[in-house]
Amino acid sequence: MKALSQKRRHPLAALVLLLMGLMLTGGVYAVATTLNQAKADTTTYSANDIKEGNKLFIANCATCHGMGASGSASGPSLVGVGAAAVDFQVGTGRMPMQMQGPQAQRKPVQFDATQTKQLAAYVASLGAGPSVPDASLVDGKGNAANGGELFRVNCAMCHNAAAAGGALTRGKFAPALAGVSGQHIYEAMVTGPQNMPVFNDANITPNGKRDIITFLKTIEADGSPGGNDLGALGPVSEGLFVWIAGLGVIIAFTIWLTSRSS
Amino acid sequence: MGDHGDGHSEQGAVAKAGQSVAEKFQDPGIPPHRPRLADKDPRAAKRAERQVAILFGISVLGTLLFFWAYFGVRLDQTVATLRLQNLLLGLGTGFAMLGIGTGIVHWAKALMPDHEVSEERHEIRSEADRVAAVKIVDEILDETGIKRRPLIRNTLIGAVALAPLPAIAMFRDLGPLPANALSHTMWKEGTRLVHDPTGTPIKASDVTIGSAFHVIPDGLNEMTEGKLEAKAKAVVLLMRLNPELLHPSAGREDWSHDGIVAYSKICTHVGCPVALYEQQTHHLLCPCHQSTFDLTQECKVIFGPANRPLPQLPIKIDSEGYLVAQSDFHEPVGPSFWERS
Amino acid sequence: MSAVTETTYTPETSVGRITNFVDERVGGSGILREFGRKVFPDHWSFMFGEVALYSFVILLLSGTFLTFFFDPSMAETHYNGSFVPLKGVEMSVAYNSSLNISFDIRGGLFMRQVHHWAALLFVASVSVHMLRVFFTGAFRKPREMNWVVGGVLVILSMAAGFTGYSLPDDLLSGNGLRIIDGVIKSIPIIGTYISFFLFGGEFPGTHIIGRLFTLHILLIPAVILLMIAIHLFMVVVHKHTQYPGPGRNDHNVVGYPLGPVYAAKAGGFFFIVFGVVAFMAAAFTINPIWNYGPYDPSPVSAGTQPDWYIGWVDGALRLMPGWLFGFPLEWHIPFPWGVNTLTLNVLLPALVPAGIVFTVLFTYPWLERWITRDNREHHVLDRPRNAPTRTAIGMAGFVFYCVLWAAASSDLIATHFFVSLNDVTYWLRGLFFLGPILAFIATKRIALALQRKDREIALHGRETGRIVRLPHGEFIEVHAQLDDYKRYKLVGFESPEPMPGIPNSKGIVTKSEKRRAALSRFFFEDRVAPATPAELEAGHGHAEHEAIDPANHDAKSISH
Repeated sequence: MKALSQKRRHPLAALVLLLMGLMLTGGVYAVATTLNQAKADTTTYSANDIKEGNKLFIANCATCHGMGASGSASGPSLVGVGAAAVDFQVGTGRMPMQMQGPQAQRKPVQFDATQTKQLAAYVASLGAGPSVPDASLVDGKGNAANGGELFRVNCAMCHNAAAAGGALTRGKFAPALAGVSGQHIYEAMVTGPQNMPVFNDANITPNGKRDIITFLKTIEADGSPGGNDLGALGPVSEGLFVWIAGLGVIIAFTIWLTSRSS
Repeated sequence: MGDHGDGHSEQGAVAKAGQSVAEKFQDPGIPPHRPRLADKDPRAAKRAERQVAILFGISVLGTLLFFWAYFGVRLDQTVATLRLQNLLLGLGTGFAMLGIGTGIVHWAKALMPDHEVSEERHEIRSEADRVAAVKIVDEILDETGIKRRPLIRNTLIGAVALAPLPAIAMFRDLGPLPANALSHTMWKEGTRLVHDPTGTPIKASDVTIGSAFHVIPDGLNEMTEGKLEAKAKAVVLLMRLNPELLHPSAGREDWSHDGIVAYSKICTHVGCPVALYEQQTHHLLCPCHQSTFDLTQECKVIFGPANRPLPQLPIKIDSEGYLVAQSDFHEPVGPSFWERS
Repeated sequence: MSAVTETTYTPETSVGRITNFVDERVGGSGILREFGRKVFPDHWSFMFGEVALYSFVILLLSGTFLTFFFDPSMAETHYNGSFVPLKGVEMSVAYNSSLNISFDIRGGLFMRQVHHWAALLFVASVSVHMLRVFFTGAFRKPREMNWVVGGVLVILSMAAGFTGYSLPDDLLSGNGLRIIDGVIKSIPIIGTYISFFLFGGEFPGTHIIGRLFTLHILLIPAVILLMIAIHLFMVVVHKHTQYPGPGRNDHNVVGYPLGPVYAAKAGGFFFIVFGVVAFMAAAFTINPIWNYGPYDPSPVSAGTQPDWYIGWVDGALRLMPGWLFGFPLEWHIPFPWGVNTLTLNVLLPALVPAGIVFTVLFTYPWLERWITRDNREHHVLDRPRNAPTRTAIGMAGFVFYCVLWAAASSDLIATHFFVSLNDVTYWLRGLFFLGPILAFIATKRIALALQRKDREIALHGRETGRIVRLPHGEFIEVHAQLDDYKRYKLVGFESPEPMPGIPNSKGIVTKSEKRRAALSRFFFEDRVAPATPAELEAGHGHAEHEAIDPANHDAKSISH
């Protein structure tokens, strides 16, 4: 304590205090304004990453998104979308897009992990945006019951209660979520790809998102206790099954039953 | 089809010829019985007998499988063990049943006599019966004297017609009268918009562009009576879009806050939650019957079976920056009903 | 009048003594004498009624088990069972007990799945049975009333299914009830009152599950049982119908005796149906209520659909536009006492298609009887091709139903066939009007073509695929003649002609008689007459005729 009180009278103390005050208000301001950012950027990108990313961008993305990612008629500006958006879009194969359509489709990934990271680094360097989530948020070790409740209120209307996917207007759709990594699910929530709304941290807290991922991973790993889930599509697939398989087998039996024995 | 048209009249002519009774084919009668393998060959019969016994044996094994699955599979609260037990219980039951069923049918098909027999149909009603019945009814009516005594008849008809009415009246207490319950919700001036289901209030700055918040009125979670009924009317979807995209009509200019709008989530068609928000097209889609509402046109119906736009909840911010309702909805939410004006 | 005579019969075995004891008191011998050898015709398509009956028995058995554990209360509780993703979630007691049946009672999940699969199979087999009866003309005199009883059973089976679907109080069924509530509220004048009485106040209230439970386990099954009893009683009175064929006519019934063959087959078939249902319940999930979560008015799941038998009504709700070419289908009608709302965009699709289907269904036997003036008893069925117009009407109705059915899964069609949801709806709206017409035309043509093919085969035999070269160089295909039994199957049917209007006693052809005559023309104008012995003879007159192009000697009858 004595040491501290001595330093308090140091000529530079006022400057340090001023800096601390500025940092604090700035930090609070940053937290208040960039709620989309789940965490401070935990992935540190090197200058080399950004440089390599820029090269990749010019070669693969700039045709639609424009030089400097400022957007063009065929692709939106990527300034401020953040590393999370790049990691999601490129990491799930949606970007580069195969063709213009109602929405970008998931397809085999075009870039390896390093290249994706470099692209993300480049886009993140253009403007502040959501970053790739910390591994602790996507580990699937949260509260599945809470996640289930949040999922039903915020997600099930498009993605279906068992995450089997669903239709949107005019050819768009909400995809099934089985087989999607926790990181990509998290990134989709914070960035709102395509027509999906954005779920910022004020809407669903990082822990809530972790719970949702936990719920999805739990039901995916457990499967259905009743046996084959018939696509988890609900009464339509059940009806189709009973008409085709159920009645089909029974008709086969009736034909056997009423045929003459040889 | 062309050739059919040509043949029209021709066919008629042929058909007429075909219709005369003498021109019909004679019924050759039931075809002669064709013996089965088991009828001719005692070894085949013996084989069929063994097959039936095996099928019954499979049934016994199925029943044993059921017991083994019921007592042997330890449920340890995991889905995997439950699935295993369900599968084995079902297979056990299935084999137990199918073994009996296919065994009996095979027995009947292979070993029981398979000669087709013909049986005469009887008249459903014979004329003699009809005459006798009419006579009995006449006598009965005569003995009751119901025709001669119209006073008795008419009072009885009146009494019987009235007697069931109390039973109908007794259903009155199934529920309360509607009154104006459908015309208001629990939103009122100053009610905070809070998260569904957590109940945390929402600041305007929380709602970034492209967001969709599922919202309930503050105080709903604390209700003990009628919570679901209140929630069924009060749920709201909160979204923010570029203020320039909103085109508020006269009188609604101040219902939104800086591009933040709140609309009832209850479909005006038959009441499903309209919760699918497409943040780029600004369309709201109902997953039940696909009514589509355009947020930029005050949720006007642009596709599907709904007729009316979703009601808008006027909102503002309170002194602490939280979003609150300006008032209740200005019209009843949800599906239309007769008394709705 | 000493009616009671001392019996001298004394049985020797103990089984015999017990049987005799019962027989002396209930008169079982007489019943057995009457029914023990009763003849039943055998055909695979006659089995669907049995499938329905057996599914119903399975429903009663599994349903009784479920009632021992199910609690139809809407009181609130918190889940504390084995299923982790719902632990601690607030829910109704009904949903909680459904989860406990699924996760914490051994065999409970199996019973739930047996019950639900059997329910889907029940309504499906009732429907297929009804289609079979329609397309073979089994509803004709004397069976019209039994057709109506069957129609009532179709409606009751749908009601039983729907009330059961709603009981677990999960999110899916809750949203289903909410849709029902919305439809009820659209009924003019009394709709709001019915809604409040049904739900005991505002939706969802705390009463509806208990009330549906009473309907589902008591009232509806009791009425179904009563209707089944009437249905089967009439089957006994009428005896079963039979397909046309050698030795079969309207005065006899050809088949196997009840004891032992038919009883063994029918009895064994119960176990087969049960076995098939058990296998489905073992390996295939049905109604995974744990996915949907408890009912809450705020969430909803994509793909919210009813079970298949309500699907067509839901499909109608989806197809109906709210606005028709800028014309609103919700009317606000100013009455002297105030404005009232008529919601045609809900009311019409909920009532009109179902109204059309059931009106036609219930009146069809009388309609056809009036048009054909056919008052004879029919115990021999029509092969569908031999009644082309009826078959075409049936197919038109079936396609109408299927379009609505498909509409109920428009969102899943869109996602699984990668087409736009909106386009699916537009196409189905078009098919709603065009589909039945196209189906009518196509079916009628196919039926007539099949009749012509039958005629060909009856007269010239089957193509053997054997090509022979005649001495003068001509190539012919050898046809194998049918034997008398097989030929009779192809020619033994009636082909009525259009019946012109008949004047009444005053010598006037009334307007309704003219209408009847027009409909008779519509029914029977296009017809293919059964082959006659004379035609067969004429065919044989030609040299090694089988091989010769039928057009040569039969030009007058066959479409040339």
